[in-house]
Amino acid sequence: MSTIVLLTMTGLGLGALYFLVASGLSLIFGLMDVLNFAHGALLSIGAYGTWWAASGQLPGAGPGGWGFALAVLFGTAVGTLAAVVLELAVVRPLYTRPREQVLATVGVGLAVPALLSGVWGSDARTFPGPEALSGTFALLGADVPVNRLVLVAAAVVVLVALRLFLGRTRHGLVVRAGVEDRAMVTALGIDVRKAFTLVFAIGGCAAALGGALGGLYFGSVDPRQGTSLLIFAFVVVVTGGMGSVTGAAVAAVVIGLVQQFANYYTAAGLGDLAVVVLLAALLLVRPRGLTGRLA
Amino acid sequence: MSTATTPAPAAVSTAPEHGRTRLLRWWPAAVLALLIVAPWSALPLPGLLDGPVGSPGSLQLLATCLLFGALATGYDLLLGRTGLLSFGHALYFAAGSYATNMFLLEAGLPFAAAAVLGVCFGAALALVLGSVSLRVTGIGFSMVTLAFAQAGSILVSRDPGGFTGGEEGRAAPAELLPSWLVGIDHTANLYWIALAYLVLTLAVVHRAVRSPTGRVWEGIKENERRVEVLGLKPYGFKLTAFVLAGALAAVGGLVHLLLTGGSTPQTTTSDFTLSLLVMVVLGGTGTRWGPMVGGILYTWADHRLGDLAGSGAVADLPAVLRVPLSQPLFLLGVLFVAVVHLLPGGLARLPSRLRRTSEENR
Amino acid sequence: MTASPLLAVRDLRVLIGGRHILHGVDLDVAPQGVTALLGRNGAGKTTTVRGVLGLVPRTGSVLLDGEETVGLPTHTLVRRGIGYAPEDRGIFAGLTVAENLRLAERRGADGPAYGLVHELFPELKRREKQSAGTLSGGQQQMVAIGRTLLNGNRLIIADEPTKGLAPKVVTEVAQVLERAAEAVPVLLVEQNLAVVRRLARHCVVLADGRTAHQGEADGLLGDAEATRRLLGVGRGPLAPFTAEADS
Repeated sequence: MSTIVLLTMTGLGLGALYFLVASGLSLIFGLMDVLNFAHGALLSIGAYGTWWAASGQLPGAGPGGWGFALAVLFGTAVGTLAAVVLELAVVRPLYTRPREQVLATVGVGLAVPALLSGVWGSDARTFPGPEALSGTFALLGADVPVNRLVLVAAAVVVLVALRLFLGRTRHGLVVRAGVEDRAMVTALGIDVRKAFTLVFAIGGCAAALGGALGGLYFGSVDPRQGTSLLIFAFVVVVTGGMGSVTGAAVAAVVIGLVQQFANYYTAAGLGDLAVVVLLAALLLVRPRGLTGRLA
Repeated sequence: MSTATTPAPAAVSTAPEHGRTRLLRWWPAAVLALLIVAPWSALPLPGLLDGPVGSPGSLQLLATCLLFGALATGYDLLLGRTGLLSFGHALYFAAGSYATNMFLLEAGLPFAAAAVLGVCFGAALALVLGSVSLRVTGIGFSMVTLAFAQAGSILVSRDPGGFTGGEEGRAAPAELLPSWLVGIDHTANLYWIALAYLVLTLAVVHRAVRSPTGRVWEGIKENERRVEVLGLKPYGFKLTAFVLAGALAAVGGLVHLLLTGGSTPQTTTSDFTLSLLVMVVLGGTGTRWGPMVGGILYTWADHRLGDLAGSGAVADLPAVLRVPLSQPLFLLGVLFVAVVHLLPGGLARLPSRLRRTSEENR
Repeated sequence: MTASPLLAVRDLRVLIGGRHILHGVDLDVAPQGVTALLGRNGAGKTTTVRGVLGLVPRTGSVLLDGEETVGLPTHTLVRRGIGYAPEDRGIFAGLTVAENLRLAERRGADGPAYGLVHELFPELKRREKQSAGTLSGGQQQMVAIGRTLLNGNRLIIADEPTKGLAPKVVTEVAQVLERAAEAVPVLLVEQNLAVVRRLARHCVVLADGRTAHQGEADGLLGDAEATRRLLGVGRGPLAPFTAEADS
């Protein structure tokens, strides 16, 4: 029983991480038709930013308590800024050439991990974390690491915030409409490009937060983390339906759980395989993803 | 879709060709002749190569460049000629390498048989996965190819049954290979094999593109719906392109196995396919020589920049310069982004762009 | 026409996927009343409208009240006072009725004219919170037209607003457009000649991507031979519906 609890919590924690990365990716693809291969880089930037700050480089930030919270804030802010720069400098100029947009993000996705490698080395670096978050807590007879809970809590907060943003604000309204029919939004006199930058910023913020908390979860940061997580994020986005935040949440949970349980009960690594094969199967049977939006 | 599909001929004059232009049309043959005699040359190319052209080290590097030039050309059959963005091309390259290796080691087959079977395995894999992936179009297709490639990568690293050697890969058994393919003394032979692979790929792609099938590919790339309206089924044609490219990649895997003496899991990663993508776009998709040029330049740059990074000259530079310069992938990634923005159509179309600008400015 | 046109289109050419769809369309929209844009299926009516708005790449000249707009991006042009109800209605199915209308709001001197919209379309007020995807065709058309009336636009462009609607609803839509046209000039793409006859003062006929005729609507529709030749309609000026499905 305790194994199942542990697996479930780990699966949920992983799912939460996937959701943080995939939510922005889903909105970006839904609104802009851009498959952002640089999204993993945004995660890594968030992770390294937080690590750098928490290692004492940023005054006021540190590995414990409020200092850590500040470090996470810093890392998230850097990631958000990077996302905005990415959109304005790399993606927007190629607005009329969607295939080139994807290619450009591929280039950034290759360059950024290499740069991080160059600055801080390609080996994993230990991620500092507050004492309070590094222990375990008892749940139904199992000892569950607290960081799983942190990730799940963060994902829930982000999900609620996104739902509120999309449902209650005018910008959110524009994004929702744009995901459905971008041309019509333009024809109503709205400059969708502002929505593009906004959506990239949101995506970058969520991904960077994911990177920061993912460092807590894995206990370390390395330049390749973002790219490996990106593939799973793609799976989540496609499974959940492009442009659907709720779909991404559901898919993330399912995939996280499937992966953990399959990895444990069959051979290690087969869980990852199962997820990937699931994606292929889903796309073949239902090219529109789980919630019916256009893949 | 912004890339043009007309292959760039070597010479472009439509007016009566002067003797000089007619002679220029033979430049590929001249380059080929130079490449063939390279192993006998002691010409030093400082900066470009570490030793004289004919030295084993230089030949190894040249062979690798030619190999990737060929691989890129095969990949362009999908991307530039049929409009298929596959993120899983590396899988068939790796399949050719690993399968041949396994047939040698596990089945104890003689080299020739193992080689043929290895390539067939790669082609068969392309047929199976391609027939499944092509059921989806557009971005869905790309995602499925990515998924399959990732699955392959995971499978190889998990090392089921000890076949793949996991993270370390698997060395090819020197004693099972023909002696003229092993050892530093025979680097020239490996070099010529890589050159032959390049010539083969160029010839096959060129013929395929000019054939009626190739014209359908072009139609599919431009507007798939219109091809359907003409009564043709795009699926079969796309699958043909996929399998052909996959088979060529598998041969490349075989050559790579010989060249590097083993199979490594690095060739199954999405990074590997992405670098193929960079090569092709850099050189110019849908052109005759573009992907080859891109492949050669990228591979050369990757190796040389790696050497440069380790050299003393770079270590003395201030951190701001040293860090980016020590990471070939960073430079290549940035270059790629720059090319995508500034030079759409790649290097191969640069001459015609320059010509057009000079005509406009006249 | 005697007064200078509100919208003057000259030599509009549109190239899509390498094929020329419009080969130089000329079109004047009168500053008052309804100008109908007519033509057979495939003549290029919807493409002309999309070209005027900049939704497809185009060359030529499009003067709105004398100002050139061809260089402007669509959203800027639309903000100069154009309300557009496209052929497929352009309703966002995942949004509610109220949200669909809210999207069309623009910051202007007076607030959005919800009073007028709710007066013309009381249904929309009742179904405010309903998801727009669940509305009937006629109700969706109300939303589309309602959006164009929200902002005190200078020009309303409606592309086949009666397409696919039941006869009773067609009449309702025609009534609404008639009322709207009292205040704002309308460019109306229509296949339904009865509606055209009722509403339009001027008309422009397209054929094969070019302008084939411009003039008074009564004049054209009263001429059975010209109507047959230009519009492919056989039965005469009072034929209620055309047989074609989409344009």
